[in-house]
Amino acid sequence: MSLAITLAVLFLLLAVIWRFLGQYLVCVYSGKVCFLGFVERPIYRILGVNKDSEQTWKRYSGALIIFSSVSLILSYAILRLQGQLPFNPQHLGAVPQALSWNTSVSFVTNTNWQNYAGETTMSYFSQMVSLSVQQFLSAAAGVAVAVALIRGFARNNASTIGNFWIDMIRGVFYIFLPISFIAGLIFVWQGSVQTLKGPALITNHLTGITQTIARGPAGFMEAIKEFGTNGGGFFNANGSHPFENPTALTAFLSIILLLSIPVALTYTFGKMVGNIKQGLALLAAVVFIFAIWTGFSLKAEASPNPAVSAAHVVSQNNGNMVGKETRFGSNLTDLYNISSTQTSTGSVAGANDSFTPIGGFWLLTGMMLGEVTPGGAGSGLYTLLLFALIAVFLGGLMVGRTPEYLGKKIQAKEVKLAAFGILVMPITVLILVGIAVSIPSGRAGVSNFGPHGFTEILYAFTSQANNNGSAFAGLNGNSDFYNIAGSIAMLLGRFMIMLPCLALAGVLAAKNISPDGLGTFKTDTPMFAVLVIGVILVVGGLTFFPAVALGPILEGLTHGKLY
Amino acid sequence: MVEHMKKTLILMVIFVFTLGFAYPLLGTFLSQEIFNFQANGSITGNGSLLIGQTWSGPSWFHGRPDGSLVTLGNGNVIVSGTNQPGPSSKALRNFVKKQAAILRADGIIPTNDLVTPSGSLVDPDISPQDAYAQVPAISNARHISQSKLLTLISQSIHPREFGFLGNSYIDVLEINTKLASLS
Repeated sequence: MSLAITLAVLFLLLAVIWRFLGQYLVCVYSGKVCFLGFVERPIYRILGVNKDSEQTWKRYSGALIIFSSVSLILSYAILRLQGQLPFNPQHLGAVPQALSWNTSVSFVTNTNWQNYAGETTMSYFSQMVSLSVQQFLSAAAGVAVAVALIRGFARNNASTIGNFWIDMIRGVFYIFLPISFIAGLIFVWQGSVQTLKGPALITNHLTGITQTIARGPAGFMEAIKEFGTNGGGFFNANGSHPFENPTALTAFLSIILLLSIPVALTYTFGKMVGNIKQGLALLAAVVFIFAIWTGFSLKAEASPNPAVSAAHVVSQNNGNMVGKETRFGSNLTDLYNISSTQTSTGSVAGANDSFTPIGGFWLLTGMMLGEVTPGGAGSGLYTLLLFALIAVFLGGLMVGRTPEYLGKKIQAKEVKLAAFGILVMPITVLILVGIAVSIPSGRAGVSNFGPHGFTEILYAFTSQANNNGSAFAGLNGNSDFYNIAGSIAMLLGRFMIMLPCLALAGVLAAKNISPDGLGTFKTDTPMFAVLVIGVILVVGGLTFFPAVALGPILEGLTHGKLY
Repeated sequence: MVEHMKKTLILMVIFVFTLGFAYPLLGTFLSQEIFNFQANGSITGNGSLLIGQTWSGPSWFHGRPDGSLVTLGNGNVIVSGTNQPGPSSKALRNFVKKQAAILRADGIIPTNDLVTPSGSLVDPDISPQDAYAQVPAISNARHISQSKLLTLISQSIHPREFGFLGNSYIDVLEINTKLASLS
């Protein structure tokens, strides 16, 4: 009953957010709100940017690449110089080279894969300036690219797709900074720590036990971690740590925050192309897939854990509680983790690795669909639009006409770009998993044996190439092999999708918008939503079925065989 | 290219200042002023209400069996969430068996939460059912009537947030502190 209410409230709140945040995003990116003009104008002046100036897709991409490269260097430099920098009460030394590289790539690509334990690796300075700053910037960059692609569809005969600098500045100051700040205060009110004092040494006078408790400025990082669909936590246990996610209320708030932007962007899309139903059709496809995955994974985690059953000592009537927190229980933990794997957030309220084999299957396959249901901040929508283009192309083949989407003729070039963007992720994942299981340094990272060990590796590369960042954390990824192979997956999975999207934006913007004809395949209908669902499931299913069969499916089929 | 670089560098200075310093430091200042107790870790006389501890022997309410995995209290900073056994792991089965034997030795009938590790490995809470399962053992060890313990438990239950979010729970440090003052 309480689960049903939770789901209903979540649905209603997201419907409101879809409408109003979606509209707000339209206003922000078309320059219609300007209450922060006093912040914006001086920045534009220093930068030498005219607030009405625009860029071609090539200049937009160039700015994105240079900006991201500098972000990467800055983030890396801070981690390497950590020992010399302030806000370091534990006197932690430099983060090792390979780990610093992996970590900076991870935060700049909005992945937030973490091969380290925050408590004993990162100073407060690194958490605030190296990592948290990138949590804002990578999210803003993702939304900027999505909006640029929307402009490509919306514009008629245009040569430009917006201005990267203006999109970044407005995204950060109008959306991410203010909302995160309010959310940060809520997290702290509920119990998240937000302090610059070092670890607390405490003694329990009842038992004589002493503890050294890690603390730090975690609450405000938590806010942008969720709202920017980043997922990288302050502490090793991520959102299951009581200092990050102290109550069921903060867990629920996290779910809302991480779904907000990806869901709202479908409204923004519809509004900007002049027909809200176009966005609604995409949202319907997303909600349908999300609901299936959520339903089945909730059921899986309400079932017993096979290894605990094998001990024959307790009845697991409250579901699989291994790796889960008492205050959340199996339902809320699962809802959190499944939302975060399908939004490319990757934060966890409980250990993914300890999910039942079938529960793990839904986490893993949710990412394999390409992080479009609804995907990350910005990245979800732009990847979803690639799937929509493929769906339109298939629809066009069926009715035997040149396909059109939103009045734009979809020709060979567009379909090639879309197919490229969609195929980068599966190719990257499968090749890297193949390498990892073939060489000793790849197999060395596994901590569970049997098919579960294979799932750990498959999960790691799927997560990184999709810029998700969640882990079957039994895998020890802090080796040169995993640090470097993982960074390749993250970079390809981010920029090899962003660049085709920006190129598409440029190509599409230059085209005419032709009015709908009699034979035009309608894309604002339930029929189109069904087609999009079909394309997403078929592409994800066909590419990954063999790999998934060797991992979670095999583990599930062996019915509690232990390794 | 040069122009992009120049803009990037200027913008990065602005973002580092606003997002890297102003955001967390202003947040810290406000948190310390308004929510001082929470912002510093919800620390009471005997530990943090949000960080689990090891309670051994039949005279205390036991928490999740996390302590044996992270060795809480050996002088180093506790690293959370380090043990994540898979669902087909022999090690997990053996851990559960061993944990059940420890509970039985104290006269407690094992429950699911009391034999399984949490995700954070510092889970400070147990469910009301886990607490009820420990009543006979504590009553024997402390010579307190079971009805007094049942009252203590019902007074210590944190209900579901808004009546529907998450689970109801009992904070182990909180209930043990009350238990100590009871006898």
